Amino acid sequence: MAEIQQSGDSGKGGKKRAKKMSTKIDMTPMVDLAFLLLTFFMLTTTFSKPTVMEVAMPVKPKPGEEQPPIKASNALTLLLGENNKLYYYDGLLDGTTKPELKLSNYGADGIRKVLLQHKSNPQLVVLIKPDDKAAYKNMVDILDEMNITETKKYALVDISKPDQELIKSSGL
Amino acid sequence: MPKVKPHRTSPSLDMTPMVDLAFLLVTFFMLTTKFAPEEAVVVDTPSSTSEIRLPESHVITIAVDKDKRVFFGVDDDAIKSDLLTQVGAKYGVSFTPSQIQAFKGVASSFGTPIEQLPALLNLDSEQRKNVKQTGIPADSVNNQFIEWVQTAQALSRKSAYGKPAYVAIKGDGNADVPTVKRVIKLMQDKNINRFNLITDLETKPVAGK
Repeated sequence: MAEIQQSGDSGKGGKKRAKKMSTKIDMTPMVDLAFLLLTFFMLTTTFSKPTVMEVAMPVKPKPGEEQPPIKASNALTLLLGENNKLYYYDGLLDGTTKPELKLSNYGADGIRKVLLQHKSNPQLVVLIKPDDKAAYKNMVDILDEMNITETKKYALVDISKPDQELIKSSGL
Repeated sequence: MPKVKPHRTSPSLDMTPMVDLAFLLVTFFMLTTKFAPEEAVVVDTPSSTSEIRLPESHVITIAVDKDKRVFFGVDDDAIKSDLLTQVGAKYGVSFTPSQIQAFKGVASSFGTPIEQLPALLNLDSEQRKNVKQTGIPADSVNNQFIEWVQTAQALSRKSAYGKPAYVAIKGDGNADVPTVKRVIKLMQDKNINRFNLITDLETKPVAGK
């Protein structure tokens, strides 16, 4: 298909002309190749980098260093149970007091409302205790709720035996 | 009467601008492309509303899948060979130059105890995909995982970046919390306290409704 025209040497005894080449080149194969490469690179490119949630864990306390205890009136404890269940209670659990356990969920009407209600207390500390059977997704969800409600003070804490028993005895 | 000839337009059109554009795009994509690293494990990350992006490079990825397996990955090409020989030396496993070369392709995500790593590296990349990796041992008895993390962090401090790498934890939505927490705990013991949890993007709901 290359359009290279040759001017025929027709004249007998005519002037010898320089061969004139057409300047047009057929670009179709080149375009084919270019688009092939273009498609290849477009499809292999990793477009979106995944997003991340930053979590800073507390620095290990040095031996002999006492952590200041949290006042029960400022504490809100969230318990992440199995099967995507979420429980919470106000205050702390200790030998003498038995707080009332309430059931909530990860939806917009669930724990978010509770957190927003508690935000009136500027000293609020949220204790997040994921149960061993909770899914990692729940943990991420609840950390995300902290970001959404702009709760600044929260901590990931190991669940304790009394907490697990509280869930069991409540029957929720 | 002569036949009326229909006016014929030439079917060839000028493709130059299109070609210009095509090559411009080819060049752009060629220069910006970074091939997606091969993942040894499929991890379905949960979603969050966080909009912080994972840094382009200088990341240590720790993947936890739903079968409690722990996978480790580094993306810095410069430290990969040193990392392998140093961790290998600690466990008395030595590697041939061809195995070290193969490690550069594997290092973005792998989950094999170091004793089985030479066997994995001897396979070609097609066979490697079929191997079911058991995960890196990460418990108090056999803690190879923290060795990888610590060695990688020490090497990246010495590398061109001059600072430890970002630690990204890529957990499956159905992974169990104890495994993730154990991994975090192990790193906290070594004074690594900042983590990035890899998530998918989700639109942010309006708080305060």
